[in-house]
Amino acid sequence: MSLTYDDVVAKYEPVLGLEVHVELNTNSKMFCGCSTIFGAEPNTQTCPVCLALPGALPTVNEKAIESTIKIGLALNCSIAPFSRFARKNYFYPDMPKNFQISQYDEPICVNGYVDVEIETDEGPKTFRIEVERVHMEEDTGKSLHVGGATGRIHGAEYSLLDYNRAGIPLVEIVTKIVPGTGKYAPEVARAYVAELRDILRSLGVSDVKMEQGSLRCDANVSLRLIGAEVLGTRSETKNVNSLRSVERAIRGEMIRHAELLNNGERVVQETRHFQEDTGLTRSGRSKEQAEDYRYFPEPDLVPVAPDAAWIEQLRAALPERPSIHRKRLQEQWSVPDKEMSAMINADVLDVVEATVALGADPAKARGWWLGEISRIANEKELAIKDLAINASDVAEIVALVNSGELTDKLARQVVEGVIAGEGKPAQVIASRGIKVVSDDSALMAAIESACAAQPETAQKVRDGHIPAAGALIGAVMKETKGQADAARVRELLLGHLGQSSN
Amino acid sequence: MIRNSASEMASKLASGDVTSVQLTQAHLDQIAAVDKQVHAFLHIDTEGALAQAAAVDLKRKNGDKLSPLAGVPLALKDVMTQKGIPTTCGSKILEGWRPPYDSTVVANLKKNDIVILGKTNMDEFAMGSSTENSAYGPTHNPWDLSRIPGGSGGGSAAALAAFEAPLAIGTDTGGSIRQPAAVTGTVGVKPTYGGVSRFGLVAFSSSLDQAGPCARTVLDAALLHEAIAGHDPKDSTSINAPVPAVVAAAKAGNVKGMKIGVVKELNGDGYQPGVRKRFEESLELLAAAGAEIVEVSAPNFEYALAAYYLIAPSECSSNLARFDAMRYGLRVGDVEGASAESVMNLTREVGFGREVKRRIILGTYALSSGYYDAYYGSAQKVRTLITQDFNKAFEIADVLVSPTCPTTAFKIGEKADDPLAMYLNDIATIPVNMAGIGGMSLPSGVADEDGLPVGFQIMAPVMKDERMYSVGASLEASLLSKWGAPLLSTIPALAGSK
Repeated sequence: MSLTYDDVVAKYEPVLGLEVHVELNTNSKMFCGCSTIFGAEPNTQTCPVCLALPGALPTVNEKAIESTIKIGLALNCSIAPFSRFARKNYFYPDMPKNFQISQYDEPICVNGYVDVEIETDEGPKTFRIEVERVHMEEDTGKSLHVGGATGRIHGAEYSLLDYNRAGIPLVEIVTKIVPGTGKYAPEVARAYVAELRDILRSLGVSDVKMEQGSLRCDANVSLRLIGAEVLGTRSETKNVNSLRSVERAIRGEMIRHAELLNNGERVVQETRHFQEDTGLTRSGRSKEQAEDYRYFPEPDLVPVAPDAAWIEQLRAALPERPSIHRKRLQEQWSVPDKEMSAMINADVLDVVEATVALGADPAKARGWWLGEISRIANEKELAIKDLAINASDVAEIVALVNSGELTDKLARQVVEGVIAGEGKPAQVIASRGIKVVSDDSALMAAIESACAAQPETAQKVRDGHIPAAGALIGAVMKETKGQADAARVRELLLGHLGQSSN
Repeated sequence: MIRNSASEMASKLASGDVTSVQLTQAHLDQIAAVDKQVHAFLHIDTEGALAQAAAVDLKRKNGDKLSPLAGVPLALKDVMTQKGIPTTCGSKILEGWRPPYDSTVVANLKKNDIVILGKTNMDEFAMGSSTENSAYGPTHNPWDLSRIPGGSGGGSAAALAAFEAPLAIGTDTGGSIRQPAAVTGTVGVKPTYGGVSRFGLVAFSSSLDQAGPCARTVLDAALLHEAIAGHDPKDSTSINAPVPAVVAAAKAGNVKGMKIGVVKELNGDGYQPGVRKRFEESLELLAAAGAEIVEVSAPNFEYALAAYYLIAPSECSSNLARFDAMRYGLRVGDVEGASAESVMNLTREVGFGREVKRRIILGTYALSSGYYDAYYGSAQKVRTLITQDFNKAFEIADVLVSPTCPTTAFKIGEKADDPLAMYLNDIATIPVNMAGIGGMSLPSGVADEDGLPVGFQIMAPVMKDERMYSVGASLEASLLSKWGAPLLSTIPALAGSK
């Protein structure tokens, strides 16, 4: 009989620890000049350094150091005036040197925090996640195990190695233990990773694509009886490749641990692999016996000693924290929470902001991006940012509607045309011959013929039954191929039939 | 012709008395005549060397501006990568590997049109003091073929003494340039750490390794030093500062007013009488040339050897991890169904020799959790203390001096089964590497008791390499006028030698 989540949190307190690996988006690798572009032919982005040919030496990518310092500053860390790289020694075929250059006891950033806000039963609540360290390291190559049933090395007939990823700059962000989140542990973890992702994106230091592995989370979970001091044995779940998975993996592990503990069994200290399809984890490498990585200072690299003035420059240039930025926008635009979340979830906040910055009314800008444009993106199964329309196009269209040069309906045609690649709004308007029929005499002719065609309806309006005007307006709009301003048509029609347009 | 110094050869090339092709061919002929006895070379690049020589001759004919050593041949220690040329480091595990890139030293040699004859023998991965640890058989000392030529760069030193090359490149982690120079009657210099790029030097111990020039005269060493040294952005530990004015110092050879410090701890017990006698004589000559001789003490040097044998193996255990049969070199046990792990294990078992394995195991142990502080950590502290000893001594003296080695060349096989006795050979050279300063060995004569060469070591502060050349050139000149001819002119002739 399996436990429910409520049973688990009634008895146990979860303690989390999160390790997030971020691939930096530098043009070249951490310790050599090779390209870092994702998806190249295997082993085409390699050189003597990242293949660990005899005699080759690493040199540090300054841009990667800058990005790491920015991350540290954004996470409220202290930046070490002196930090060192260290070698982490272990043998694995996808690691060319059979040691990884990382940082050990002298990381570049230490002691930071991230505040995350989640919805609780008592309303929004902020949790502070303390960051122990942020350090730099290099990624390994990739192994492809061929021939086995599982895609794992065990049972494979042979393995292929791709060293394109070997040496890609990685930043590892490690939290201190996170107690006190209770039943909200999965949501807090998710919110933390989401917040990190937003911060990293705002810094422009990483693509932060979880599905491509440029942001990876390892979730450590342990349980202890509520009120207990001593920490339980933890498991470390790897391969958690989406925000939803972070939440699911932690929830799943909490239940698994609780079942073991309730049955008097013990939790094994090990790495576990999250499986998207089942939402469960499977056992990986045991960590019962601490692996001895024989860390020692990397003698091929001089210590990193960033200039204090440079750090202050980077600090001064930091962008506003995304969560604070969002709050500010929400206030400025007076957007309800629900709409705000809709924009965030649809990933249009930035573009709406840009559209507003170009003069569009926030509500109009939001309406276009969340409405028509999102609809077209869904239809085409594309991401909004991959559509051929940008903030300035939308700002221009909004302005044209405001000035009466376009109706909403015509504006939709213009949006469609821009997305179809027909050019900028002005070009689409010109080439499609879109224009508002604003000539009152032409409209009056259409109104008269509509009234003549539907005399009974016209009479109803004359008798004061205003809603009946809709059918007549529709006929006029049809007659003018939608190019008329519906409001103006309504005004003229009602006047014609002896009614006030108010 | 092959018995000339490199600078004499350079003059003859410049004046047109000889072409580089002729000079190169003469050395190739000498190699063909004597290397079966000496075994200084692991690979001879006849075609490449002659092509390079022909290219220099053409440049000279065209009136191109050439560097001072253009057209002079050189022997390259097999620990340096040279594009397309086998690089084994004296190990089976790299048999057949041809690097796809030039080390910075080789790039600098090529830029200076120095002709590379081939690759010289060495103790496997530069671990040893006798070249007996080469997987391809030992090198023999041209002074006495039954004796060792020193190590790890025994091949480079022997090539000089056998007139197979007038110049050579060595690398020095604990004395691998200086000790072979001492026991073969040649000159060897370990520049300041970071003075010559390590890019393309197959690492033994990254924080100690340093490439440097080997030659038969102090001036030749200086010319080669200047050709290979300088800042290299590809080596993070490379010093970004101008190359010390070593050639000018070697040409002037002036010690007037210099204070020369004799290191008390590097003389005395354990040093062969003939070695001490030559050392004392050299001091007298330097004093006569105008230097002031003072005594300095370096109390922490007694821990240098022990600390070295923790740091160097620790770094080597990690540096040599890359030899795993996955991407290059030897591969053993790659049969149907074999795992990567078993191929790695078998390859390393077969590919590495005893001394290399001994040091990998030692280093792995020293870095292990629970032992790190006691071993690697303490050794690093000793290193700091040694540096402090040097700093204090250099407040008193401009350079420090000692015998290069406690003894002259020993017999091949004599210490093969006694690693500790072998390690003690480097007792006077190791402190220099620990502190990252410069060291030079030049011949001070032969020991009375065995007629074998004795080396005189000069040590200078970081990036003050020119001081070694001032002192070395002065002593060399005094000795030459005393002997009437260079020491190597007294070396017994090898059978078939030109």
